[in-house]
Amino acid sequence: MIDYTKKVLPANLSKVGWVLLGAGVLLGLLGFFIDYSRAVFAYLHGFIFLLSIGIGSLFLIALEYITGADWSVPIRRVMEFLASVLPFLIILVLPLLFNIDQIFHWSQEKAVAGDKILQHKSPYLNDSFFIIRTFAVFLIWSAFFYLLKKNSTKQDLNGDQSFTKKNIVLSALFIPLFAITITITAIDWTMSIEPHWFSTIFGVYFFSGTVVGSLAAITLVVVLLMEKGYLHPKMNNEHLYSLGALTFAFVNFWGYIAFSQYLLIWYADLPEENFWFLARWHGGWEYFSIALILVHFVVPYAALLSQSSKMNPKRLKFTAVWLLFAHLLDLYWLIMPSLLNHGHGYSFSWIDFVFPVAAAGFIIIIFKTMAAKNNLVPVNDPKLQRGLNFRLN
Amino acid sequence: MERLKKFFRFNALSGEPVPAERTKKLFGITALFDTPDQIIHAADKISGHYKDFDVNTPYPLHGMDKAMKLKPSKLGFITLVFGLSGTVFALLFMGWAMTLDYPMIIGGKPFFSLPAFIPITFEVTVLLATLSTVIGMLTFFFNYPENNHPLVDTPYLRSVSVDKFGICIYASDTHFDEGNVKNLLMELGGKNIELVYYPQKESYPIFEPKFLIFLAIVAVITSGGTYITLNKLMYLPPFDFMLWQEKTTVQSKSHFYSDQFGMRTPVEGTVARGFLPYMYSGLPQPAQTLVNPLLPDKENLELGEKKYFTFCSPCHGNYADGDSRLNQQFPNPPSLHTDRARNFSDGMIYHIITNGQNIMPSYASQITREERWAITNYIRVLQRAKNAKETDLEFARRHGSLYDKVD
Repeated sequence: MIDYTKKVLPANLSKVGWVLLGAGVLLGLLGFFIDYSRAVFAYLHGFIFLLSIGIGSLFLIALEYITGADWSVPIRRVMEFLASVLPFLIILVLPLLFNIDQIFHWSQEKAVAGDKILQHKSPYLNDSFFIIRTFAVFLIWSAFFYLLKKNSTKQDLNGDQSFTKKNIVLSALFIPLFAITITITAIDWTMSIEPHWFSTIFGVYFFSGTVVGSLAAITLVVVLLMEKGYLHPKMNNEHLYSLGALTFAFVNFWGYIAFSQYLLIWYADLPEENFWFLARWHGGWEYFSIALILVHFVVPYAALLSQSSKMNPKRLKFTAVWLLFAHLLDLYWLIMPSLLNHGHGYSFSWIDFVFPVAAAGFIIIIFKTMAAKNNLVPVNDPKLQRGLNFRLN
Repeated sequence: MERLKKFFRFNALSGEPVPAERTKKLFGITALFDTPDQIIHAADKISGHYKDFDVNTPYPLHGMDKAMKLKPSKLGFITLVFGLSGTVFALLFMGWAMTLDYPMIIGGKPFFSLPAFIPITFEVTVLLATLSTVIGMLTFFFNYPENNHPLVDTPYLRSVSVDKFGICIYASDTHFDEGNVKNLLMELGGKNIELVYYPQKESYPIFEPKFLIFLAIVAVITSGGTYITLNKLMYLPPFDFMLWQEKTTVQSKSHFYSDQFGMRTPVEGTVARGFLPYMYSGLPQPAQTLVNPLLPDKENLELGEKKYFTFCSPCHGNYADGDSRLNQQFPNPPSLHTDRARNFSDGMIYHIITNGQNIMPSYASQITREERWAITNYIRVLQRAKNAKETDLEFARRHGSLYDKVD
């Protein structure tokens, strides 16, 4: 059994988490009384952010098992702790489900009655089927999270290698299910906000942003834990390099997919597709669109290009925080124009900032709770030693 | 067979290496080790004493860079510089070609439409980055085209490409001393310690005639194969399916339309793009409303002159006297300086060019509307020149030109 020294996270971490969550929730409740529909959209924004951190982490766990990666074994617990927000989604989604008609145009009977396209789409886009899909997806994610997590923590006790084999099988089952469920989530919770619009690549777009966001969160947490010495002392900057390289790859992937989506719609310029991008090019949203290219692609691309920038913990930490912000901006850009363009374009409101703060507090509390119960390193994983010995060349 | 093997230098694969003729100039000292751990240990120790040495292993070993104290490769900078220059070059070239050199409207987009340029910019970036990496690696790091490295054709190189791990300390190192190096290698557990000398003559087998002949044969085979595939094979069944398409050629019968006409007439009440129907076609003369839209300015008159010389002068003559070389071979084309022609309105001349008159056919399909009006203007100039007034001459003397005088 591999021993590592510092195990218990500082107690004031959960205080920080509770303060952030409490402040976020209280201000959020206030927001519901001030501007109800804006608060609902802001809640949706924070919710999708939380969801993407969780499901992206679960995907990366499955990816580690299915590819037999060694380097990520010492930091797998970080992903598992971040993925443990997934079961809570089933509860956190309830406020949104009570406000379906606030968010989704297709849910308003009046709107559907006078709209042939919405009538045509109504076999898929209707309240009951939507709720069934949402719960089915969240249950699948929670179930796989529960099983993968259970096998991983049980292995800590007796070091039975068969748990790794079980998790490989689970991961192999999860990956195709993940592809389907993340696409359903992307279409249901973000694309159908504008129900007349469609883009066949949207699921991939949502997936790429999700993985960028969760990788940024994982990188941030790993760097912070390493700096304070909570992870295994044999961990070194070559593990950080691998995290940075994976993040770099997904930043590129996001740029590639985002541009592919834009290029085809821009080139064809069909009114049934282009209005979605036009809505993001008017009324102040053009600045968001340009900022998104710079913040989500150009700057992180340059920041992660060189080898030293991926090995330097401080620079990597900065890039991770930057990318978390970029992911929030990406989701904001996806969700908010549909609400605000019914008025007169972008308008500032403090309500938009409240729920990401609450989400951050929530993640911190969950992380602290999980870390108190479990080891921060999968101490009996058969691949752990190889993972710690990982070298680039 | 032996001669053939020697000819093609297959020895390294199938038999003992041919010992190259060697000079007495020392290149380095080699030693062989049995396991990866031994070689990494040896490299770690040797890198403390010497800088000029290299390790040869059958496969890449983790931890070797660190043991040899290698600095990160400089190759990445070549990739970066050439990649970025590819980005800049592609953007500038497309910008120049699409906005200045040959502006073309594609899909109603602006001439400089960045999104359309990005895929090509990306491709050129990747192309230049990869090519420069490979070429830079070959030239700067492998000293291409030099390929007679002293280690080639030694038993050492043969062993390290099969199952041994070798190290070679170069004589060029500043601290190199034959005895010390041998002792060090022996201490580290090296076997088969050998001295390697430079080959006697510098040879570049790449420029040898047989290699060049080989290249020529490869070129002929690939280009011939490509030619036959693209120009012959593609027209044989079943690869010729692209030739059999559901289409109607001009003036052929169509099975698609109910009236079986392949060529279609325009839908009633519509006109083709850029086409304006001529409302007086077939009439003896146009209505009085048909007025010349063009000013007789320099540009229009030059256009009219050019078109007159192309289409009108073959019959009517260079100065519209009806004295072309068709005279006496054909019904004489009329002079345009008759009173009748001089009294025509501009619209009438335009009408005649458009509609034709007597034996003269319609020129509507050859000459555009604007050009017809320009020709009309030019004919007016010719007529005026034959009947110039004194004031015109005075004006021309004073200004050197008649273009500015419009009356």
